[in-house]
Amino acid sequence: MSVTEPTSRSETGVGPMFDAEEESLARKQRVEAVAKWLLPIAVLSLAIWYWDRLVVWNDIPHYILPGPGRVMQTLIQDWGTLSQSLLVTLQITLMALAVAIIGGVGLAVLFAQSRLAEMSFSPFAVILQVTPIVAIAPLIFIYIESRMVGLLLCAWIVAFFPILANTTLGLKSADHNLRDLMLIYKANRWQRLRYLQLPSALPYFLGGLRIAGGLALIGAVVAEYVAGTGGIGSGLAFRILEAGYRLNIPRMFAALLLIALTGVIIFAITTAISHFALRKWHESALKRE
Amino acid sequence: MTAHDRIIPPLHQRKPVLSMQAVDKTFNGGVVALRRMSLTVNEGDFISLLGPSGCGKSTALRLIAGLMRPTVGRITWEGGRGTDDLGVVFQEPTLMPWSTVAKNVWLPFRLRGKSFATVRDRIEEVLALVGLDKFANSYPRELSGGMKMRVSIARALVTNPRLILMDEPFAALDEITRQKLNDDLLNLKARTGATVIFVTHSVFESVFLSDRILVMAARPGRVIREIAVDAPYPRGIAWRTSPDYARIARETSDTLMSTLAPGESH
Repeated sequence: MSVTEPTSRSETGVGPMFDAEEESLARKQRVEAVAKWLLPIAVLSLAIWYWDRLVVWNDIPHYILPGPGRVMQTLIQDWGTLSQSLLVTLQITLMALAVAIIGGVGLAVLFAQSRLAEMSFSPFAVILQVTPIVAIAPLIFIYIESRMVGLLLCAWIVAFFPILANTTLGLKSADHNLRDLMLIYKANRWQRLRYLQLPSALPYFLGGLRIAGGLALIGAVVAEYVAGTGGIGSGLAFRILEAGYRLNIPRMFAALLLIALTGVIIFAITTAISHFALRKWHESALKRE
Repeated sequence: MTAHDRIIPPLHQRKPVLSMQAVDKTFNGGVVALRRMSLTVNEGDFISLLGPSGCGKSTALRLIAGLMRPTVGRITWEGGRGTDDLGVVFQEPTLMPWSTVAKNVWLPFRLRGKSFATVRDRIEEVLALVGLDKFANSYPRELSGGMKMRVSIARALVTNPRLILMDEPFAALDEITRQKLNDDLLNLKARTGATVIFVTHSVFESVFLSDRILVMAARPGRVIREIAVDAPYPRGIAWRTSPDYARIARETSDTLMSTLAPGESH
């Protein structure tokens, strides 16, 4: 037993330390665990503080560059209008993402089932993907009367491709021996999809989802810029445009801050979903010992 | 030997399960992977396909599994092939990483539309048979290479198939694990009476395990000789160290060497 003891202790990380080397290793691990959180927060705080000082030291007027305090103040003051706009942008983003998931996964499954379908439709998907959304959007707003549907369509076009491309790749990369096994046990098409291809594609799909979440927000914001002033029910991009015309720079910053925060939250949520869906089995979510 | 062991009749008294009649397999490029292979597999046989790489042993297995069709000749199952008649163990464990051990073993039943609850007892039984009853709820990544292979064997056994195909299942394992699994495989065979076709490139493995060895040669892939190993089961360390074992291993090895072109032998 004395031979196996040291390994079992170093694996669990508990027990008394005998060695200076072991001790320094443990200290290093503790420091790293704290630094993982502390470091980004400290650097971000420092950057904000420097931004504030820059404004104060150089006496920059707020209509050129507002300080962080002023931006926060505006955010609170204008919360009524800004929160309404945030809801609109968020609604378009989430709806576009939902439709992108349904469309992307649906098309990917269709492609995996039928080579002919893939050959026929994948050029359309690529054309939609490579054409900049700002170039298509004006046409969409000419042909589609409902502003909401137009925005949704723009955001969808941007968001659906990573889901389609990743899921298609995932469906095709099922283990070939498992495929043979499915053949030997005479699994039908639906069983093969459900028990083999879809689980194999899950990590790929989730990777696509993380990209698509951010892109849906970008699509929604860009489309709103193109759509221009729309009166009631306008999103954050419209607020930025409007504030720009009025030289209300602090509000531009406040709206920008909200967009950035939304993006970060969407990324965090999709990352969390990915982690929880894969933590039991996939390499990407496992901690190595 | 335990009281549960099935009695397997001597070689010449067994009922046929499957037969290959003059089977040829030529690939698209005109490469002859297998030439005129004939084989009758009988109930309770443990057949080894032994040969160098490129001798068509894996091709023969894929043909029997129905993953390919013969170019010429036919493969017939006695009384037709039923859905649960075949179990396969590949060189890799080939487990679904997203499912637990028990759910992996459930797969053949699941594809027949049987719910987990109705076959739970059978799954537990077969996991106990391979010594993994305590790992039913583990994920494959938590197991060692040898344990993963045991899960794969349990999955092949779970439907009580008439024939089990094993394609170099232990080739990637270390020598110690491999010997242990060889012993366990023979115990399993004694208890289930399974019929096995086992592909290997190890002379010693084939002589230890099987009662029929088909020695194969490459370019073109073909069977050159069948060697009967007439030692009774159960076999263990006594068989591994017996003079008969050494003699048959020598004979098999010589046959194998004679198939290699002069430039290839050492």
